[in-house]
Amino acid sequence: MLDLLSGFVGELRAAGLPVSLTEHLDAARAVHHVPMEDREALKAALGATLVKSGAHWGAFETAFEVYFSPRSPARAPGGEGGGEEDAPAPPFSFDERAAAAAGTPGAGGGTEPMSAAELAALLMRVMRQGDRGLGAAVARHAVDRYAAIEPGRPVGGTYYLYRTLRNLDLDGLLDQLLAEAGTDEALTALESRLLADEYRARIAALRKAIEAEIRRRLVLDRGAAALARSVRRALPEDVDVMHANREELAALHRTLHPLSRKLAVRLGRKRRHHRRGPLDFRATMRASLSTGGVPVEPRFRHPRPSKPEIFVIADISGSVASFARFTLELVYAISTQFSKVRSFVFVDGIDEVTQVFEQADDPATAVRRITTDADVVWLDGHSDYGHAFSEFDRRWGEQVTSRATVLVLGDARNNYHASGAWVLRELQRQARHVYWLNPEPRQYWGSGDSIVDEYAVHCDAVVECRTLRQLERFVTELA
Amino acid sequence: MTGTESTGAGTPGGARFESIDEVRDGLAAVGYVADERIAGVVYLADRLEKPVLVEGPAGTGKTQLAKSVAEMAGSRLIRLQCYEGLDEAKALYEWNYRKQLLRIQAEQSASSWEELEADIFSEAFLLTRPLLEAIRSDEPVVLLVDEIDRVELETEALLLEVLSEYQVSIPELGTVEARQIPMVFLTSNNTRELSEALKRRCLYLHVDYPDLAREREIVRSRVPGISEELADQVARIVRSLRSLELRKPPSVAETLDWARTLVVLGIESVDAAAAKDTLHVLLKYHQDIERAAKELLAADA
Repeated sequence: MLDLLSGFVGELRAAGLPVSLTEHLDAARAVHHVPMEDREALKAALGATLVKSGAHWGAFETAFEVYFSPRSPARAPGGEGGGEEDAPAPPFSFDERAAAAAGTPGAGGGTEPMSAAELAALLMRVMRQGDRGLGAAVARHAVDRYAAIEPGRPVGGTYYLYRTLRNLDLDGLLDQLLAEAGTDEALTALESRLLADEYRARIAALRKAIEAEIRRRLVLDRGAAALARSVRRALPEDVDVMHANREELAALHRTLHPLSRKLAVRLGRKRRHHRRGPLDFRATMRASLSTGGVPVEPRFRHPRPSKPEIFVIADISGSVASFARFTLELVYAISTQFSKVRSFVFVDGIDEVTQVFEQADDPATAVRRITTDADVVWLDGHSDYGHAFSEFDRRWGEQVTSRATVLVLGDARNNYHASGAWVLRELQRQARHVYWLNPEPRQYWGSGDSIVDEYAVHCDAVVECRTLRQLERFVTELA
Repeated sequence: MTGTESTGAGTPGGARFESIDEVRDGLAAVGYVADERIAGVVYLADRLEKPVLVEGPAGTGKTQLAKSVAEMAGSRLIRLQCYEGLDEAKALYEWNYRKQLLRIQAEQSASSWEELEADIFSEAFLLTRPLLEAIRSDEPVVLLVDEIDRVELETEALLLEVLSEYQVSIPELGTVEARQIPMVFLTSNNTRELSEALKRRCLYLHVDYPDLAREREIVRSRVPGISEELADQVARIVRSLRSLELRKPPSVAETLDWARTLVVLGIESVDAAAAKDTLHVLLKYHQDIERAAKELLAADA
């Protein structure tokens, strides 16, 4: 067990979780106190001792599923199951019920694959009744039939999952169920909506069951450590924003909201507490009354340092659009920390979008509207920093004062147009600071049509900003 | 002497509960529906004698967990509400200097300075604050440090000694060790990252919104006189609401308020009109209410 635990801790560390030696020891002590066969209790024990942040729970769960996957004899026919390893769930009863439900004659267990029609019928039943045990059986049969797992291949199982899901056509099934729920005359709108949500939850549960089943088989095939390497995913704050897929972007979004709240609180405190103001004579005298007129405790006025004014100039052309959106959203989410935020977006033309943010309820909706509302295409819709910058200088250049901080977001891939670096030189002269945030990895800077080095000489700093973590660090220093 | 005391304290502290199931059933008996994870962590906290750091969205029963554990174990609950500017004098202990002054004035001529000093820095002049009180208590206690994320990062350090060693060092008096190991719960609304040092000393429990079945159970156990169907409907509507993108998704506390409202109004089954009239109990932003009405109840309006 201790070896297994060490391997598990190693895996967590490799995934980026900070697990200290003390926590490892705690986990080792904790597992003594929980019954080994109770998988949920084990998970709770390890989770409580090793994972100290809600955002890391996902990564922990993935690793846990791999290292402590139930090696239940799901494939074993009825009689042989007893000799298998520790199985928390009683697997046979599900199999029998599944077989009976599907009407398979001579139900000996799950060895013979069901036909597609039988499986579909069973699936429909699961959807209508929401029976968890039956769901697990469907997952097993579906994987049997469709995943076609090839032993020994070093993969994470995404492809098997895709193959199984495509064959089951869960989306189609959902649409069908939703249509039914929507048209049923006996239900009110509220009820049909609730029913639809129930179906969605069931589909999601089934998906999870299938994923777990595939993972379980891969572990049997290749061992936990090897599989863990294949399924390891970056923590949300370490995901490369530019190359994030849809799911990762959604996860990023969920992290962004608490992050911005945290930042706002932290920055507000820093502003209030960081420095002491001048002596507050009146308050000191007042306080001295309780010590007989001796001013034991001097009181100080709280300083109110001026908040910076922010100009965000963001490239929203295809390659860096998601990065620009994230940064804009974050900056606006903490806009109370700045005296004023003005934002401009460009591709080869440039437009001010401050209005869009001020009118919208929350930054997220505003960011979505930018793409449709802003007028940013001048000629051909390929990034042209030079033209965008000179336009900026012509239309708004005078409004940049010495209280302003200018943030430029972009990869500085200029499609070999003129750079317009003189605008930045002007801005740097007028503004307090000019920063450039580049979402590209540092080693690509200056390669191909990237001319970030040409701009860098006119900036206070050019910051590599590929992940939320880097963005967070930058914003903290900014305010 | 200190050695014997601490081992003596260690033995009885570590076995309040027999098993995880006992914890869960005990919590259920006092009206707290715990899932596997919550019960497991509470059990471990008792066994390993470690504090529990409970984090999660507002209104998911973090504070209630500590209260319920205290009730279940029959212990006194000592609560330290954290706020910005909380300091040693409010959290640990303070010398009652007014009393000390009086003492000095009362015997101006009498004793020598040494005697006086030993006298005025004795327990009689000590004002205990929650942390010290929890440590010095003879009967079993549950210590709740509420909203720990509100204090500054530096103030957190005050807690470290108490949390890891269960002792408080007072320069003038020496070290006060725990007479019994209290169960400690710290709650956080996650408005800032807590320090590594604090997290390392705690077991971590993330309490999220409950799933459908557990929420239904909670509604049934906390709202007297609610029918099974209504509880089910309430839980399902709340789940649907949480899946919308709202500014503030309804918390468990608000779910309970809503369920109570429905019971008081004598509503047997929620239809669109009833939902619309009572939605303001559940949602606290105007945009959210509008949005929920539009999404859930549109067709009937």
